[in-house]
Amino acid sequence: MTLHLVLPVALPLAGAILCLAFYRVARVQRAIALSSCAGLVLYLAGVLWPLLNGAGYATLRIGNWPAPYGIVLAVDLLSAIMLSLAAVVGLAVLVYALAWFRREPEEPLLYPLYLILLMGLNGAFLTGDVFNLYVFFEIMLVSSFGLMALGGERGQIEGTIKYLAISQLSSALFLLGAGLLYGLAGTLNMADLARKLAASGATPYTAIAALLFLGAFGIKAAVFPLFFWLPASYHTAKTPVTAILGGLLTKVGIYALCRLYTLLFPVHWAAQRSLFLGIAALTMVVGVLGAVAQGDIKRLLSFHIISQIGYLIMGLGLSSTLAMAATLYFMVHIVLVKTGLFLIAGIAEQVTGTTDLYAMGGLLRRRPFLACLFLITAMSLAGLPPLSGFYAKLGLVIAGLQSQEYWVVAVALGVSMLTLFSMVKIWTQAFMKKATTAAGAKEQLRPGLYVAAVGLAALALVAAVGAGPIYGVAQRASQQLFDSSAYLVAVLGR
Amino acid sequence: MSSLILRTVARLLLPILVLLSLFLLLRGHNLPGGGFVGGLVCAAAIILQMVAYDTATARRMLRGSPWLLLPLGLGLALLSGLAALLWGQPFMTSRFVSVPLPGGGALDLGLPTVFDLGVYFVVLGTVLLVVLNLGEE
Repeated sequence: MTLHLVLPVALPLAGAILCLAFYRVARVQRAIALSSCAGLVLYLAGVLWPLLNGAGYATLRIGNWPAPYGIVLAVDLLSAIMLSLAAVVGLAVLVYALAWFRREPEEPLLYPLYLILLMGLNGAFLTGDVFNLYVFFEIMLVSSFGLMALGGERGQIEGTIKYLAISQLSSALFLLGAGLLYGLAGTLNMADLARKLAASGATPYTAIAALLFLGAFGIKAAVFPLFFWLPASYHTAKTPVTAILGGLLTKVGIYALCRLYTLLFPVHWAAQRSLFLGIAALTMVVGVLGAVAQGDIKRLLSFHIISQIGYLIMGLGLSSTLAMAATLYFMVHIVLVKTGLFLIAGIAEQVTGTTDLYAMGGLLRRRPFLACLFLITAMSLAGLPPLSGFYAKLGLVIAGLQSQEYWVVAVALGVSMLTLFSMVKIWTQAFMKKATTAAGAKEQLRPGLYVAAVGLAALALVAAVGAGPIYGVAQRASQQLFDSSAYLVAVLGR
Repeated sequence: MSSLILRTVARLLLPILVLLSLFLLLRGHNLPGGGFVGGLVCAAAIILQMVAYDTATARRMLRGSPWLLLPLGLGLALLSGLAALLWGQPFMTSRFVSVPLPGGGALDLGLPTVFDLGVYFVVLGTVLLVVLNLGEE
């Protein structure tokens, strides 16, 4: 047992509580939020990863209740990868938000909600219990409603209501699935469920449960045909909020699918391969076509979230260890790059005062460094070698060819071309084109904006240079997922 | 719509309702009750004053902003979980002490009670924040 495993939940919660206690003192709130996010990164790098490199798993029984009865927190490499992404991106976006909200005074609830969102994310990655996963999803959802509506403008409230309505549907599907599983097996501990479901074999009921989870997490992850809420709501929020939601929140759905399908429904996973691949192809194509048609930079990037989710679903659908490793590498790549792009779009918004691509312009001349930063990140998203997107897509393509699913590989490559096209659209409209408005006095941007964006772009470059070692970790994580017996022993103790 | 009957009854009911809410809170460990319903009853007692008099009277009774009840309650709940780490047990492991009461009997107090007290404050604070703000619109 690892007593400190509760820290990724307790630390942001403690930060949120202190922020609430100091809700009138913005300076103290900022210091608290920054130190809890930094503490999280230090904990993961200094304590959790060394532990996992040796043991492979870490567990904690909450309240000292034995495994199938109480809630167990269980960390394997997949959880650790997701926790680290959440911590790093959480810190970067926080640094960005600290600088962003100097211009417009922040709401006293911004930092508490932000920290509670991180707590929900971490909890979802940690827990080994289906109902507990539901609870942490709700925590994430409730705090993201609050974050989206901050500012209280008409468009924001409208976007939040759409998001709220569709999220409730997704939660209802999730609960139905969990209820069905509980009725079937009499337990909600994931490891215990895995054992009981494997013993009873695949039945129509387990297939229905699997599909209910696919629907629930499909909505959260914004896959075709359940994606329409995302471009209708994400772009209305303030840019730092859009960045954290767009970069991380949809990926939690993919994480949950990875976890539940590998552990609970391995049989249905293979059987539903064509369903997964069909969804993946349609998600990629619809997402990128939507992106190409957009004229607003934040909306364009929101549509790209959808098309990139398609790649992750494709890797999941191919259901081989190589495909899973490629999916995990893709996850690392996309979280860093996508969040980075949102941050860069936010800087462009502050410089030009608009998010409309056709009204932007002249950024190459006015902000050459920003242009350089955008070029690296955008080409990474499009998948040009030698950037991280290239290795991510290369892994998926090789896995697709090995599984002889040639058509989905062809779709993935075609979508890559369109991704490149839409990135070039941003480049020509916002950066290359002559400024449509006369450049005003050069406005001073806070360095925090650049620090965060450069940090994420640098990490994406590190992911490209270190593609070998990262693929190594992803491969080990993927083997853990495919051979769940060690996970069962780690959680249940036998 | 303030009536003399309502104001008189509200003043008389206030201590009874607050005592009832504390009773529900402490009873909640083994029997129906607990922090959530206790907090609701206590909030109802204060909302009754708001209906009978006005929001200013209700706010005066709180002697502080309902805002601060949120970190207080959440903090108590978190500390009740973290306390177990002091004696090397996992998060949220409970521990009890028996307080002998005068005239025989004993009161079992444990960390779950502290957690419930946290829930009580959070519920009280949230309900009051919502209702008082709506009442002032």
